[in-house]
Amino acid sequence: MKTFGGPVLFLDRSDINTDEIIPAKYLNEITKEDLKPFILEDLKLPGFDPVGPKTRNSRVIVSRANFGCGSSREHAPWVFEVNDITAVIAESFARIFRQNMFNCGMAAIELPKADLDQIFSHAAEDDASMGIDMEAQTLTMNGGGKQKTFSFEISPFDKALVMAGGWVDYADKKY
Amino acid sequence: MGKTTAEKIFEAHLVDEPFPGTKVLKLDVVLCHEITTPIAIDDLIRRNKDRVFDPNRIKAVIDHVTPSKDTKTATQAKILRDWARRHAIKDFFDIGANGVCHALFPEKGFIRPGNTVIMGDSHTCTHGAFGAFAAGIGTTDLEVGILKGVCAFRQPKTIKFNVTGTLPKGVYAKDVILHIIGKIGVNGATDRVMEFHGDTIAAMTMESRMTLCNMAIEAGGTSGICQPDATTVDFLWPFIQGEFASKEAALAEYSKWCADADAEYDQVIEIDVTALQPISTFGYKPDQVKFVTDMPESPVDQVYLGSCTNGRLEDLRIAAQVLKGKKIAPNVRGILSPATPKIYKEAMQEGLIEIIMEAGFCITNPTCGACLGMSNGVLAEGEVCASTTNRNFMGRMGKGGMVHLMSPATAAASAIEGKIADPRKYL
Repeated sequence: MKTFGGPVLFLDRSDINTDEIIPAKYLNEITKEDLKPFILEDLKLPGFDPVGPKTRNSRVIVSRANFGCGSSREHAPWVFEVNDITAVIAESFARIFRQNMFNCGMAAIELPKADLDQIFSHAAEDDASMGIDMEAQTLTMNGGGKQKTFSFEISPFDKALVMAGGWVDYADKKY
Repeated sequence: MGKTTAEKIFEAHLVDEPFPGTKVLKLDVVLCHEITTPIAIDDLIRRNKDRVFDPNRIKAVIDHVTPSKDTKTATQAKILRDWARRHAIKDFFDIGANGVCHALFPEKGFIRPGNTVIMGDSHTCTHGAFGAFAAGIGTTDLEVGILKGVCAFRQPKTIKFNVTGTLPKGVYAKDVILHIIGKIGVNGATDRVMEFHGDTIAAMTMESRMTLCNMAIEAGGTSGICQPDATTVDFLWPFIQGEFASKEAALAEYSKWCADADAEYDQVIEIDVTALQPISTFGYKPDQVKFVTDMPESPVDQVYLGSCTNGRLEDLRIAAQVLKGKKIAPNVRGILSPATPKIYKEAMQEGLIEIIMEAGFCITNPTCGACLGMSNGVLAEGEVCASTTNRNFMGRMGKGGMVHLMSPATAAASAIEGKIADPRKYL
């Protein structure tokens, strides 16, 4: 199983799409590692810098509704993976992106808007970080001297993929 | 209680339900292209599992960047080409025979009603036009599909769209689907199948139905699905005539996959097309749509005709009808990519290519290229393209470029006027 949790990158917009996560012009790369410099290159958000230290040091992304919409490119989870971001927390996900995350043994965790609003209240804090306990299905938001724990739902199948480290090994053993 | 088309297909293909709500399905067709498949191939080799579940049920094409534009894309093509040879995948389409996957594969008769189809491409939902369950998936799902012939899905709910009325002049399947996406939003059908019914759909050609289903993903839909009928059978007849004694027998067999009258839906949405007008997107999301009459003075730098949405013969006929005897505006670059070699040849035989060239368009080979900003028509920063493609995300056709989605008729009219234009005056 991968490790989850750490400094948080807040992306406060709905419908962040796969072209913003990794533009199509980089789909000619043959290895996942080659994608690393191009994370979120085309995302335009106030105060967001794709090559800034905040992006590079984050381990968790927190965003809004319909995260990962658009293309089926697994390059989107991969560009997170090679930048050591293994979890995205959002109000909802596009189906293909969500499945791609779990298929890679990563986590796409949905939270209700009210919980996300509380988490986003830490967005301006430099020390905002999140602990994620996949087994207990809880995440703990730390920052500004405060701490709060939220529980989350995850389908048993998706949880099994996270525990197994991905779909290929799981499927090859079983089918 | 009755069943939807997707429920029938799921039931007939169920291999396992490892956890409640997760269905592992047997796959009838696994489609591959050179962008999302090479990393799956590479991983299979790395795992010492370089096998395919059935070379006859895997179809592959080099379509996204072809002919290759640089060493990297040439390498991707080579990985797919070598793999297809190594595993004796006979339905592999390379230079000279290749075209945009979601136009090429249906043209070859590979997709049948009731099939399960996956591809590492979000617009795989196109093939639901044949009454199939067809879903875009990522490279890991593709890898397992190639290796084992199965794929896991959450059982999707189904939204029924009852589309009624005669399409007004200048209004096409593209306008219908843009209208629907505008109505339900870019995540209005997430984890849902969009099942299309009604007399408007029944009157549509298979090409129009493919345009409709192609954009289901732009509303988040898992698959678009049309009900198999006599139009479906007519289209498939050259490929299935050895399997059935008559078209009636084929129709009787395929009708099994039609939704039951008492099927239960997540939602039923009524769409009356009678008052529809030509539509264009105006922003960076496919649900940001307007009637073109509400978009005066919206200049464009490039007009693109093509893609898995609207690069078929029917689309070229419509564009040629608008462009016949006209010249495109001097400040506009016109690009047409017929979606397959067959479409290209038929368009030449019908004189469509000549009309479109005479109007000032450049004709490229069949490829996905410009639609996703990879080749053959990439935009510069600040440029605007009127396009028959399916996705208008910021920078989709080139960093800093803007894309307006519309029908071939509207795109052709926009080429003539150099700004977004109403095609009805040219029809």
